[in-house]
Amino acid sequence: MSTRLATGGRLLNKEKAVRFTFNGQQMRGFEGDTLASALLANDQMLVGRSFKYHRPRGIVAAGAEEPNALVNLGVEGKFEPNQRATTTELFEGLLATSQNHWPSLEFDVGVINAKLARFMPAGFYYKMFIHPRPLWKHLYEPFIRQAAGLGQAPKGRDADTYEHFHAFCDVLVIGGGIAGLLAARSAAQAGARVLILEQTAHWGGRAPVDSGGIDGKPVDKTVDELVSELSDMPNVTMRTRTMGAGVYDHGYVLGYERLTDHAPETDGPRHRLWRIRAGHIITATGAIERPLSFAGNDVPGVMLASAVRDYVVNYGVSPGDRTVIVTNNDDAYRTAIALKAAGLDVPVILDARVLPADSPLMAEAKAAGIRVMMGHGVAKVLGGKRVTGVAVCLQAGEGAVREEFACDAVAMSGGWSPVVHLWSHCGGKLLWDNDFAMFRPDVDKAPTGADGAAFVSPAGAANGHFGLTEIVGDAHAMGHAAARATGYEVTPKPAPDATSFEEAPLAPVWLMPQGAGAPLRSKAWLDYQNDVKVSDVQLAAQEGFESVEHAKRYTTLGMATDQGKLSNINGLAILSGALNQPIPQTGTTTFRPPYTPISMGAIAGEARGKVFQPVRRTPMHAWHDENGANWEPVGHWRRPYAYVRSGESVHDAVMRETKNVRENLGLLDASTLGKLIVKGPDAGKFLDLLYTNMMSTLKPGKCRYGLMCSENGFLIDDGVVARIDEETFLCHTTTGGAERIHQHIEEWLQTEWWDMQVYVANVTEQYAQIAVVGPNARKALEALGGMDVSAETLGFMEWADGTLGGFKVRVYRISFSGELSYEIAVKASEGQAFWDALMTVGDALAVMPYGTEALHILRAEKGFIMIGDETDGTVIPQDLGLHWALSKKKDDYLGKRAQERTHMTDPERWRLVGLETVDGSVLPDGAYAMADGANENGQRTMQGRVTSSYHSPNLNRGIAMGLVLHGPERMGEVVAFPGTDGTTYQAKIVSPVFYDPEGEKQNV
Amino acid sequence: MLILTCPYCGVTAEETEFHAGGEAHLKRFGPGSSDEDFETYLFMRENPKGVHFERWRHVYGCGKWFHAARCTTTLEVFGTYSAQVTEPPQEILDTISEKRPGWAWRDLA
Amino acid sequence: MSNPLSALNGATWSDGIASVVEVPMQGMITLRGDLSDPVIKAAATAVASVDVPGQGHANCDDSRGICWMSPDELLVLCSYEDVAANLEKMQSTLDGVHSLCVDVSDARAVFEVSGPYAREVLAKLAPVDLAPDQFTKGMFRRTRMAQVPAAFWLQDTDCFRIICFRSHAQYVFDLLTVAAQKGSAVDLF
Repeated sequence: MSTRLATGGRLLNKEKAVRFTFNGQQMRGFEGDTLASALLANDQMLVGRSFKYHRPRGIVAAGAEEPNALVNLGVEGKFEPNQRATTTELFEGLLATSQNHWPSLEFDVGVINAKLARFMPAGFYYKMFIHPRPLWKHLYEPFIRQAAGLGQAPKGRDADTYEHFHAFCDVLVIGGGIAGLLAARSAAQAGARVLILEQTAHWGGRAPVDSGGIDGKPVDKTVDELVSELSDMPNVTMRTRTMGAGVYDHGYVLGYERLTDHAPETDGPRHRLWRIRAGHIITATGAIERPLSFAGNDVPGVMLASAVRDYVVNYGVSPGDRTVIVTNNDDAYRTAIALKAAGLDVPVILDARVLPADSPLMAEAKAAGIRVMMGHGVAKVLGGKRVTGVAVCLQAGEGAVREEFACDAVAMSGGWSPVVHLWSHCGGKLLWDNDFAMFRPDVDKAPTGADGAAFVSPAGAANGHFGLTEIVGDAHAMGHAAARATGYEVTPKPAPDATSFEEAPLAPVWLMPQGAGAPLRSKAWLDYQNDVKVSDVQLAAQEGFESVEHAKRYTTLGMATDQGKLSNINGLAILSGALNQPIPQTGTTTFRPPYTPISMGAIAGEARGKVFQPVRRTPMHAWHDENGANWEPVGHWRRPYAYVRSGESVHDAVMRETKNVRENLGLLDASTLGKLIVKGPDAGKFLDLLYTNMMSTLKPGKCRYGLMCSENGFLIDDGVVARIDEETFLCHTTTGGAERIHQHIEEWLQTEWWDMQVYVANVTEQYAQIAVVGPNARKALEALGGMDVSAETLGFMEWADGTLGGFKVRVYRISFSGELSYEIAVKASEGQAFWDALMTVGDALAVMPYGTEALHILRAEKGFIMIGDETDGTVIPQDLGLHWALSKKKDDYLGKRAQERTHMTDPERWRLVGLETVDGSVLPDGAYAMADGANENGQRTMQGRVTSSYHSPNLNRGIAMGLVLHGPERMGEVVAFPGTDGTTYQAKIVSPVFYDPEGEKQNV
Repeated sequence: MLILTCPYCGVTAEETEFHAGGEAHLKRFGPGSSDEDFETYLFMRENPKGVHFERWRHVYGCGKWFHAARCTTTLEVFGTYSAQVTEPPQEILDTISEKRPGWAWRDLA
Repeated sequence: MSNPLSALNGATWSDGIASVVEVPMQGMITLRGDLSDPVIKAAATAVASVDVPGQGHANCDDSRGICWMSPDELLVLCSYEDVAANLEKMQSTLDGVHSLCVDVSDARAVFEVSGPYAREVLAKLAPVDLAPDQFTKGMFRRTRMAQVPAAFWLQDTDCFRIICFRSHAQYVFDLLTVAAQKGSAVDLF
């Protein structure tokens, strides 16, 4: 059984017991434990079920690479699935449950899949569930959906907060092991601004667990000294619990800081996403041990040799009383020695190698009384939910059992792979290293940055160095190089003097025993989480999935939440074997960020709840809100759609407001309309190029409606231009169009016509603008008192400055409704007061505020187009019958040349008409008009579509506008528009001007 | 995510402060131009693998448009320069020639 | 009218690691022109009584100041009450010189974020190096705060002034209070 040892546990505070719950069972650990070490201390080796076969699975690793020990953590707003027990720090009251089993972890129905395993090879789902087709929808999919997935999706709203932080440094060191610390120090000593990130809560990495010494001191001591030295340096920032998640272009790195995962009751954000821009990056990300592929290597109790050592040394936990070691390298001997030192039994070390002589580590193990069997390996592991023993065979054979050992744990080591993920994210290339049977960074092919120079350097084990002496030397040098690369002068100091054992070479072992037959291969697991076996990869190769990327997707090797940290190299070695080609020729799959999963909350940062996205508010926003505004988003603006009174539906409100404008008086908050000042000696000339109309001839004091097209000829915006003085124009844009059109104008001014003397300023928000509309409009302004707004003094399409009710105003006599109408601009800070004044004087004149829907109906009744309704980026002014706004006198304007293209002058283009339903109903917006025949794809031929459609309360029937083939020539013809409700609407083609065609009402 | 230096305000900022504006140094053809010239102007783009010239706007900063010379494969930035020129300045061309001998873009080399 | 309302009517907040205050109406005049022209410079300095700052900088003294916005744009700060008179003064100075000067006081909101963690609060929202030795008094930066444009400078040690569009005022205020929430100190600067 696994248990807590009386001694050891360098990361524990044994003074402080911590209570936690696993699957409803109360358990105890210590401060400093991970959930994994605490579970092992409570003899909870079985922690989950595998994804496909529901096989019992135990803890395999001690760090971020763990594939099996995934748990649900917390409840309700703090619930999160798929959390790795090995990287979850224990805290008082932690609540964890295991995943992917039913009804319980110990007894799971899904395990039936395991019995059927030989009928469920690679690609099983693809092959099986294709036929017969109808069964997919009704039988297979519901069943697979029920069974699929590891953890449960959270249901509650996330109770935590998250944030981003922008950080900048010269040298970023990712990884706080001995290599990272040393590299950080040498860079910092040169004066570089250094940031060092460590994903765990502890500095030093795994070097303190391994043997060796630096400058004659144990590694532990050196780590403490380095940490204290670095914390005292003002140019160094150190963060634990912060993982380097991804390396991106131009030195951009995402760091993932877990602030309160280990202390959920603390104030503040749970995770912080560091958006780091670094001059140079050192990846000191260490290495990950590889499992060995033998039958039963997934039985709970089979662990990585390094993890066994970690649990003993760091957490004072023994994974078993009797542990068999199986290895192809020297490093696993350290585990044997550590176990022995902790008073535990190591019945045998099975070493697959055949060596001429013992290495120092081997000699030390033997001297400790441990039996070593060279040239041997595991034939198979005995036991189901827990290891009970191993059957031993010759590595060179086919698995004939020579001896059995009773044991309750197996520590395996298949060699080490540098963690090259961060090196590779942004294009760092890899080399195959035959001696260590691993991919290592090709330092001559590093990712390059904005200046074309390399900006990532690997250091230590991440660079393929494993002896402490080599690691120390490499890290020291890489720190210096990074400082130099970021412009600091380095006075080289010698690297610290490290001692480490001479190690015998590793022998690559990809399958144990090498001649294992089918029964053994189909029990030799490569990917624990996704249940991919040696036999699956071999089958994939046999079926023609020869590219590593294809084989990965076919077998799902490396596609689980651990992204193949343990399985990658073993899998592609098996694939290479099956394809009879060397491993480098097979290559690796692509390493993509993040290194381990990061929370969606961290990605969103502050952008949730009230600051999910900016909401733009006009100066009268609060008034609208208090007076029943039903909001409509227009870009980021919020505009009142209608002001709904109690007992009224939104539709009722729209009808009431629309009628009231025609009969009495309406107020519209038009502040969102863009306002751009265009000024300079060449302003008129410039506007003549931007607008299709002639603007240079506009007289000061006058307004003109203008159209803007893109260079492609398509209509992009419209609005009223007022000439303020000889050199100054004020151009109105559509709501939400101010920034876009400002950018468009600046683009042409700065990049094409830069010789023109023109300045442009966006003054949209300087003003609150209120449209005062209806037969009583003039009376309202006269009631306010001030400037003369009579028809004689202020005619239609004129503007004037003055005062009204004591407010400094600019009044534009323009109309988007066909009524007598004034648009009045006041300073934004006085907008609310002016609105209040208008409401007060309007009281006697039956004033009502009106929203955007009434605005739409009023303009549609008059046949005025709306950008975004009648236009969609493919419509030209000619389509809309706006020829009168296209100046024929001008040689040039944006879009003019494009509008001469054959497709633009094609008489077959759909053109604007009014549409009137025969029965007075409302046409569905966007409906298409059918014609006879079909196109080459067999789709019905269309002859037009509805662009705007409303119920007009003033005409008491449905009115619509649409673009119709030969429309203006087909007045009176009835066209069919099928709706999505099964009804076909019959509509007559009419003039788009439904109301007051002579314009008498606006000209009073 | 790229970093670019705005030649107008001198700020070196990340890509989120900028707005990409497509290919640089287009020659405008207006009314009176041939269909072929107009098509080339509106639609034909280099889309090279390697050295490229682009327009950017420092939209969250000084608001100015500028030009950038960049490698589309390595993302190396050879330099940024004024928007008010019809071709890249000599020093930018020299930098590119030094770093990418034998490069070509439209009729530049 | 004599009672101009700022966007948030002087909202304040201090329930976290920094305090946030909406500054009352600040007079602001955009001046576009050739900044090397002494007449343009004079138009600005006569109103603000400070020197024209260099690229990327601002000279601000309480409510008066000049901010460098772009190679052909200055933002002239003055008291809100004086804007009309100053605008007139500038326009008469600039008579005959190609330029644009326009009142933008009402188009903006101004916030002050202060406290020892003010730099960190800003660094959570803006992609700018705010380390004390990198962003110093006198510098002026136009950038992005989360999803909206903004500009800021150090009014005093640990005290930033931030300008944003008036319509974004509530969003920016909320952003700052979220970024300054309790327990969120980064302890980097």
